[in-house]
Amino acid sequence: MKGEVLGGCGLHMAAEDNVVTAIDDLAAGTTIPYGDERIELDADVPFGHKVALVAFDPGDAVVKYGEVIGQATEAIDPGEWVHTHNAESRRGRGDVAAEEEVA
Amino acid sequence: MPTFEGYERSDGPAGVRNYVAVLPVSIAASAIADEIADRAGEQVRSTPHQMGRDPPAAARAQIERTLTGVGCNPNVGAALVVAFGTERIDADEIADGIADAGRPVETLSVRESGGTTAAVEAGVDAAGELWDEIGDHRRVECDVSELRFGVECGGSDATSGIAANPAVGVACDRLVEDGGTATFSETPEFIGAEHILAERCVDESVRERLLERVDRREAAAELMGVDLRGAQPTPGNQEGGLTTIEEKSLGAITKGGTTPVRGIVDYAAELPVGGGLVLMDTPGYDVESVVGKVAGGAQIVAFTTGRGSTTGNPIAPVIKVTGNPKTADRLANNMDVDASTVLDGESLDVVGDRIYERLRSVASGERTAAERRRLEEFAINELQPNELAELRGEV
Repeated sequence: MKGEVLGGCGLHMAAEDNVVTAIDDLAAGTTIPYGDERIELDADVPFGHKVALVAFDPGDAVVKYGEVIGQATEAIDPGEWVHTHNAESRRGRGDVAAEEEVA
Repeated sequence: MPTFEGYERSDGPAGVRNYVAVLPVSIAASAIADEIADRAGEQVRSTPHQMGRDPPAAARAQIERTLTGVGCNPNVGAALVVAFGTERIDADEIADGIADAGRPVETLSVRESGGTTAAVEAGVDAAGELWDEIGDHRRVECDVSELRFGVECGGSDATSGIAANPAVGVACDRLVEDGGTATFSETPEFIGAEHILAERCVDESVRERLLERVDRREAAAELMGVDLRGAQPTPGNQEGGLTTIEEKSLGAITKGGTTPVRGIVDYAAELPVGGGLVLMDTPGYDVESVVGKVAGGAQIVAFTTGRGSTTGNPIAPVIKVTGNPKTADRLANNMDVDASTVLDGESLDVVGDRIYERLRSVASGERTAAERRRLEEFAINELQPNELAELRGEV
């Protein structure tokens, strides 16, 4: 598989990725080594879902596969679950295009 | 050069199966086609679908292209085209297209036969006679470069882009290296990953065409003032860990491997033989997308899934590959290759080689899980009003 498994549970697919993918169901309190730090999960994260390795501000790019997969919609702390509740797509956004037209 | 045991065809590449196809031209003939195939035996396969009797002209052209393409698929030795008898789609025209490919073909009209009972009887007889013409074909050694390999994903989750898709991608790379054709589709699932595909296009015209097709699919959402969130990734994909269309796309495109993109063809249009990696512009609905590739000539399909799918096809064997260990366990009876071992550290190359091996054994006659259970979905992509307007030049 591409990438590196951090702490036996978080798949870091490319060096520039700022999230890892849980390759097991992870319980709150699990720690993932990242550089010189250990990232601690603040809640359970299910298999296949993503965990933030860094702090995000709203609008910051989420990077996986070494590519931008979307952006944070709110501040995200390291160790937080990253999903549709705090991140969103930048593409196929007819809603944004419609708002811009009105504005 | 690696080989498989296939059925030689006079006009083109070898088939991996040898069926009589029963092709209804509309929904009005679909139940009859099913009944004929059920009674005529396992060597006779029907392709029931939902298309109406009088679709708009552009939609009709796509339906005709799809049915003719399916009838010309190398896995089809002979075909019976069934009409209710009042359709605008001309059964004879489809039959002529199939006959041009050197296949024995007959047509049947329910109305002219004197109703459904008589039509089923006449159809079973016709299918039996067609089988008599092709039933003595025997498999011979064929070069793998004759294969057009369609790859598809459905019910994706986070494991799809990590394990199953890149493993199937390795098999695509092997086949392309050996001179064959690999193809994948579902243009909405290029969104967010198209820059990677664009960089791999062999020339500027392919690159422009690819980007134009992706723009068109993305614009379709924007035109309606809606966004893809909610629909793409699907709620099921989201439950499986995929947050955005970009993330889904970046995982999805890995199933085509890493070789140059040599072209992009329309839905159900003929795929080149010995053509390397070629894309097909289709919607993001897996069953329609598989049918488009089979109509384009794909003799064999690999279908990856994370959350689970049992989809097959009446004409082409579908090899099911999962990268999700829970799906591999729960749906063991419906899966052909367990790629979840990638998550335990098995290399993508090793798993990809296993898929390539399976590709050749299935091409040579080994039945897939979907074939053993006769799981055979078939659906034709119906052009939507905005697409029809575009084809008429109104947008």
